[in-house]
Amino acid sequence: MSTTVIRDVSINGERRDVVIAGESIAEVVASGSADTAGATVIEARSLIVLPGLVDLHTHLREPGREDAETVETGTRAAAAGGFTAVHAMANTDPVADTAGVVEQVWRLGAQAGYCDVHPVGAVTVGLAGQRLAELGAMADSAARVRVFSDDGKCVSDALLMRRALEYVKAFDGVIAQHSQEPRLTEDAQMNEGVMSGVLGLKGWPAVAEEAIIARDVLLTEHVDSRLHVCHVSTAGSVDLIRWAKSRGIRVTAEVTPHHLMLTDDLVATYDPVYKVNPPLRTAADVQALRAGLADGTIDVVATDHAPHPSEDKDCEWQAAAMGMLGLETALAVVAETMVVTGLLDWAGVADRMSIAPARIGRLEGQGRPIAPGEPANLVLIDPAARTVVTASALASRSRNTPYAGLDLPTRIVATFLRGRRTYGSDA
Amino acid sequence: MKAHLLSAADLTRDDALLVLDTAQELAQIADRPIKKLPTLRGRTVVNLFYEDSTRTRISFEAAAKRLSADVINFSAKGSSVSKGESLKDTALTLEAMGADAVVIRHSASGAPHRLATSGWIRGSVVNAGDGTHEHPTQALLDAYTIREHLAGGAGDLAGRRVTIVGDVLHSRVARSNVHLLHTLGAQVTLVAPPTLLPVGVEQWPCDVSYSIDAPLPQTDAVMMLRVQAERMDSAFFPSAREYSRRYGLDARRMAALPEHAIVMHPGPMNRGMEIGSDVADSERSVIVEQVTNGVSVRMAVLYLLLGGAPLVADEEESA
Repeated sequence: MSTTVIRDVSINGERRDVVIAGESIAEVVASGSADTAGATVIEARSLIVLPGLVDLHTHLREPGREDAETVETGTRAAAAGGFTAVHAMANTDPVADTAGVVEQVWRLGAQAGYCDVHPVGAVTVGLAGQRLAELGAMADSAARVRVFSDDGKCVSDALLMRRALEYVKAFDGVIAQHSQEPRLTEDAQMNEGVMSGVLGLKGWPAVAEEAIIARDVLLTEHVDSRLHVCHVSTAGSVDLIRWAKSRGIRVTAEVTPHHLMLTDDLVATYDPVYKVNPPLRTAADVQALRAGLADGTIDVVATDHAPHPSEDKDCEWQAAAMGMLGLETALAVVAETMVVTGLLDWAGVADRMSIAPARIGRLEGQGRPIAPGEPANLVLIDPAARTVVTASALASRSRNTPYAGLDLPTRIVATFLRGRRTYGSDA
Repeated sequence: MKAHLLSAADLTRDDALLVLDTAQELAQIADRPIKKLPTLRGRTVVNLFYEDSTRTRISFEAAAKRLSADVINFSAKGSSVSKGESLKDTALTLEAMGADAVVIRHSASGAPHRLATSGWIRGSVVNAGDGTHEHPTQALLDAYTIREHLAGGAGDLAGRRVTIVGDVLHSRVARSNVHLLHTLGAQVTLVAPPTLLPVGVEQWPCDVSYSIDAPLPQTDAVMMLRVQAERMDSAFFPSAREYSRRYGLDARRMAALPEHAIVMHPGPMNRGMEIGSDVADSERSVIVEQVTNGVSVRMAVLYLLLGGAPLVADEEESA
């Protein structure tokens, strides 16, 4: 059994030696007291260790769009970003709306071995919003699906949404809603506000997101189920979720790194690298999202990693695809927007990026304490380092990062999936 | 001036006056028997039109030809574009052919901006109308026309009151005019039903009114925008008749304008919808002049962007 000793690493500010034996954490002991004989030693005096990150919202594109990303390249990107588990969204081709497709994606993830891949099942057949997909079959499959979403499309039919929320109670599932009222956002290109008026791009009003969230939290209360709100992007949405939680409604929410950092004035470049769904909003929205993440109204950071081939971005704004890469830059952006600003400490980051998403997705071996006997899913971070984002150096098959050229805090030193190093070469 | 003309907001007051003054000089050659200058001889101007627009295209074509440039017309219909060629590949093709300037009309807002900033071509880009964004040469020809009639054909438009009526939300003409007329010192009032005003319009450098009747008595120039009948299918207004009644410029409303006021329209007009036929054909209408001035203004823009030979010398050797 191979042994690795991470020596003198910081766990929540306390210095420890962490001993990994096989797939598990064998010991967490005072610095300098671990037995290093025959072990691989990582000198980690300037580093911190967190439980491996968990993404609730990843587009791996396989099957169907292997030109943009595959399970292998996407999970390599995940490992490079410190993730040990990702939830693969259902909007593939074919759609992940049957046990067969989710098992295929799950198996591809296991074969690639860079991180755990948990397929998200579609709520409706073909994401068409007409009739429920076989949610129970997906839950019972080898992929053990617990998160269901028509992401990219909103389950806008109130009755269908009610039924979905009710039905997944049988297996402790959760409906992850892409909150976008379809009529209010026909052909929408960017946040509706001063910028959309000046730029002559069709607006995407905040109310189109907020109206669906308001309806869904009330439906969730009515049927006493579990709702997860994908990529919250407006200040009004944060208020609604805060209100719903205060009423005891079982709602959780995520925010993407890009909505914590980028604003809609970037659209003035007409560079489609900034085109994303939901759209980049205003500085006031960014501040409200950060505050919501800090106070726990928003439970998790989820990347909405959305790879696109260059021809879908190297074109006019209106013709471009929506979405941006996120896995390899998520931690750095959270450090920049939440840690450097003092809104979250590293324990808070561990909660929002590992513990809470694992809990929402009902993942057993992820988001666990760093303690003896726990699975060795870990990420080792240099918090003082800075990294310049280089699009061509990313592990993802695509290059559509909005952060290219930015100098961001932290560097991921190594990622361990059940004791095996999935990222980081030097010992 | 910058290397491209993408937005009227890019023009400083001095830039705008330079274009108008240059256009005025160039307009004089239209009165000569031979309407041609050699200043852009050997330069290539491409008209890249992704949308049908006969009047803007022939205006640019006439402008380029009067400056002796070689003109290539590239329209989306019946071209590689209809076979699915991307804007990027079309641009690379034009670059390979040595285009010195590309005049682009496109249905996507920001397409000229992409063309100018993506490194696909080196030549100058002139926005000839992009989606619902801007149409800067239209604003220049409108400012030119207003200046000729109301400011003695010189200087800026300080204190002049311009009322723009119609579908501001979808109008690239309105956006460019608000920027440019404001830069030149005019006071602009936008008039539209609330559904046809963009969110955030209160932050534009202009006044806004839901009523056409209030501003007319203080208006020096009224500009009627084309309203597309299909807007009523999207519930922007209930019917063409109601729109016309509430926002159309008919003879009765024209009578409320001051004596000296002029009536403008960028064309093509919906007679009987936003403008009455008797108004369009009245003495106050300068709609045909706008077309004439369009050629002069576009000559000035191409001349200034492409850095043609000095005008004075040209006039002497005019071929």
